[in-house]
Amino acid sequence: MAWRRGRGQFKFAAAVWFIAAVRGLCVPGMIGKAGQERAGRGVRVQMDAAVRRRLIRAVAEAEIAHAEELTALDQAIGDGDHGINMQRGCAAVLADLDRIAALDLPPALHAVGLALVTKVGGASGPLFGTLFMQLGKTLPAQPTLAEATAALAAAIEAVKARGRSDVGAKTMLDVLVPVLDALRVGGDDLRTRLPAAADAACAATAPMQARRGRAAFLGARSIGHVDPGARSVAVMVRALCEA
Amino acid sequence: MSGHVGIVIVSHSPDVARGAAEMVRQMVGPEVPLGWCGGAPGGGLGTSVEAILEAIGRAWSPAGVAILFDLGGAGTNSEMAVEMLPPERQARVAICNAPVVEGAVVAAVEAAGGAPLAQVRAAAEALAA
Repeated sequence: MAWRRGRGQFKFAAAVWFIAAVRGLCVPGMIGKAGQERAGRGVRVQMDAAVRRRLIRAVAEAEIAHAEELTALDQAIGDGDHGINMQRGCAAVLADLDRIAALDLPPALHAVGLALVTKVGGASGPLFGTLFMQLGKTLPAQPTLAEATAALAAAIEAVKARGRSDVGAKTMLDVLVPVLDALRVGGDDLRTRLPAAADAACAATAPMQARRGRAAFLGARSIGHVDPGARSVAVMVRALCEA
Repeated sequence: MSGHVGIVIVSHSPDVARGAAEMVRQMVGPEVPLGWCGGAPGGGLGTSVEAILEAIGRAWSPAGVAILFDLGGAGTNSEMAVEMLPPERQARVAICNAPVVEGAVVAAVEAAGGAPLAQVRAAAEALAA
């Protein structure tokens, strides 16, 4: 039934935190400038509390800084709460940052996911939360790039299951999956290629017709607008790579 | 101890949830456990996983609980809440794919008649067929 098409809204931020987590896993030791000569899929990143804090804060603050833009995008094709919801969830993460950053990576990711699940207030909370909690389940405390890539892939699958969606439905998955593809290619220039891939994938959601989330109610009228969840992911990817 | 299935109403709007609950109470007596919630964690339109968990707790019955929700995020957050329940309770919750107001009333009437959870759910979901 048409009235039920909005179930499992995907527009939001699962992608964002997912990428943040990946960035946390593979940067800076792996793809950061200092670690370039040692970069490789088998190198273990030394994730200490300072690195965790910096990355989590960068992502959360970027999302909060873009709240108005994200809300404007969501007002065009959704229910207009994406930016506000993300702001609330990210503020909850920042409020608990001391405790979260002190945790090893797996429980830290779980804590981030739980904060989003309980504080966001929209479908983005469970989607984003699922992404992070799945990463927390899959990743070791000091992951390699190969482990981070595999964990991202697993987390994307979890988000697909949670939202009953896939690429091409005008959702955050349309940025997450291209970013995963870019991550799989690897190389020394991931810090510039990942945000570029995310931006291009985000722009490519504009001509899509939404098939999930509140935007699906609009049918063809959703065409021509960038998906707010996709944009949210792109914001986060850039913040992670530039942190 | 109640043998009747409990009803949980989850809406983005607390006013909608409260109003739907009033309509349920007009139809059935206190033998049907009822819980409702609406609104985002900080206020405003949305749903809260914690509030859904509390509503499930208020409506809990040994016969199980049927959840009715309004739109996308309310369903996703309901699924999340159910997964956070103890495993022995998870199997006794049904998230119904039905219009929230009509579904809640129909489900409650079925529950008041002593129907098991599967039948309560089927009655509500028949509205969406």
